[in-house]
Amino acid sequence: MPLASVPDVAPPEPLASLIHARGLTKRFGEFTAVDGIDVDVPRGEAFGFLGPNGAGKSSTMRMIGCVSPPSAGTLRILGMDPAADGPAIRARLGVVPQQDTLDLELTVRENLLIYGRYFGLSRALVRERADELLDFVQLTDRAKDKVEPLSGGMKRRLTIARSLINDPEILLLDEPTTGLDPQARHTLWDRLFRLKQRGVTLVLTTHYMDEAEQLCDRLVVMDKGRFVAEGSPRELIARYSTREVLELRFRADEDISVYGEKLAGLVERIEVLPDRLLLYTDNGDRTTEEVHARGVRPAGTLVRRSTLEDVFLRLTGRTLVD
Amino acid sequence: MTTTTDRPVQQRPAPGSVRRTAAALEYWLVQYRTVWRGTVVSGVLTPVLFLTAMGVGLGALVDDAGRLGGEYLLFLAPGLMAATAMQTAEFESTYPVMGGIKWIRTYHAMLATPLGVADILLGHLLFVALRVLSVASIYLLVIALFGAAPSWLALAAVPAALLTGMAFAAPIFAFSAGNENDAGFAALERFVIVPLFLFSGTFFPVSQLPDAIEWVAYVTPLWHGVELCRGLVLGTAELGVSVAHVGYLTVCTVVGVAAAYETFRRRLEKTG
Repeated sequence: MPLASVPDVAPPEPLASLIHARGLTKRFGEFTAVDGIDVDVPRGEAFGFLGPNGAGKSSTMRMIGCVSPPSAGTLRILGMDPAADGPAIRARLGVVPQQDTLDLELTVRENLLIYGRYFGLSRALVRERADELLDFVQLTDRAKDKVEPLSGGMKRRLTIARSLINDPEILLLDEPTTGLDPQARHTLWDRLFRLKQRGVTLVLTTHYMDEAEQLCDRLVVMDKGRFVAEGSPRELIARYSTREVLELRFRADEDISVYGEKLAGLVERIEVLPDRLLLYTDNGDRTTEEVHARGVRPAGTLVRRSTLEDVFLRLTGRTLVD
Repeated sequence: MTTTTDRPVQQRPAPGSVRRTAAALEYWLVQYRTVWRGTVVSGVLTPVLFLTAMGVGLGALVDDAGRLGGEYLLFLAPGLMAATAMQTAEFESTYPVMGGIKWIRTYHAMLATPLGVADILLGHLLFVALRVLSVASIYLLVIALFGAAPSWLALAAVPAALLTGMAFAAPIFAFSAGNENDAGFAALERFVIVPLFLFSGTFFPVSQLPDAIEWVAYVTPLWHGVELCRGLVLGTAELGVSVAHVGYLTVCTVVGVAAAYETFRRRLEKTG
């Protein structure tokens, strides 16, 4: 027996941090999907991972969801270690996966009932909660229908209802509105916003900047398995972009880079995209006049607020959605 | 509206492994409710048709030749019972497993809850066991109605057929979870299940086979299942031989479960 064995366990995490990760890494063979990230999510926060496809968002979510063991690093969820307490942690999580896992042959209500049984809830309790949740996601009138013919937005709402059957403390949402039409997305955001108001901690991944802006108190911008920036949407925009953006569109047959050179020095930063120029400025209207004064006549101009898309472009040189 | 978060559901402890496995089994039972009628009809029709055509019809010719040293119906019926257990197990262990991984993604839905890989695997295997058990029970009932179950020992042929089925189900679970798509299932049927069905002593004694192939037959789980069921249904089973058959089938099942666990774990961890 070694006399002075040093315990290699970290001191207990303050419970305020529901998700705590240090140096969290996921490797698949030679490929590093998540490359040593540090995360802390306090109770009640809506936290987002923003990044393009392949940035490592889903791999991170699967580690937090205790279905994919980390390759390296420390991970504590609700103060517990996923390697030792997977079932106990998952009992307190709600998961909305990127790809629906509903049973299309069962009815809407049956999908909720059986899912509640996985959490060891009694049939009576599951029935009661299923009815409440169907009401919450506005699917009560479809309760007895099979899932198959439901619209994409309805299926997504059902998946959210299902994820709430165990009254989770943390709700993990992987690309919750990808593939939905704008109206369905807004309905979904409205439901998620209500959950947030009730104190449910939301953790979501998205490659939609508007979704991140709508839902997240704080987010990290992820690229190639690493965090490239962290903050509230407003902070990130203030730090990495300007108040306004002037977009100049040109005819398809024109060489845009020529205009980029012509306008060089006009503003702090110019992004040359395949179909347009982005001029980062604090006063879009004044910059528009200056562009005209330099003899540049674009086919169209648009002054807009900076978004997280601009932040991402600044940080990675690439756009979020191809 | 009613609120959904003001009731402390979450304070409950996570269910233990027995309840988790039971919950996984419950899913397959709920799902089975939508198809059970069809399976009961085929469960009854299959033995009735086979025993009538081959046992009674073909059997009359075999009996006239007088070389079997007994009634062909009595020889055939228990063998078919074991072979049908194998086929039921095969059917339930291929497409549904692929569905759980890829098509309906039931396993992934379960993994997001307290259920783990072992619970998911055992719950599904238990359902297959119940299916094989019900098919074997119906089979024995029909055999008895044909007057082909002369011994009370025949009742023990039901668990024997169940074990035969599981000796196939468990390794086929591993096979199915290791396949990227369902193309392999047709090959499994064509190159494994059908040859075994025909040449494992179900329709004629394996001693009729060329010596080299006869030895292959002894290695296959189905031959052990057929011999075991036949001995029990006819009441001619010897203890030592029967124990050896049970032992062999048990080893196949246990090795199959271990292989299935490993393949499930790798496959389910890899894909979201």
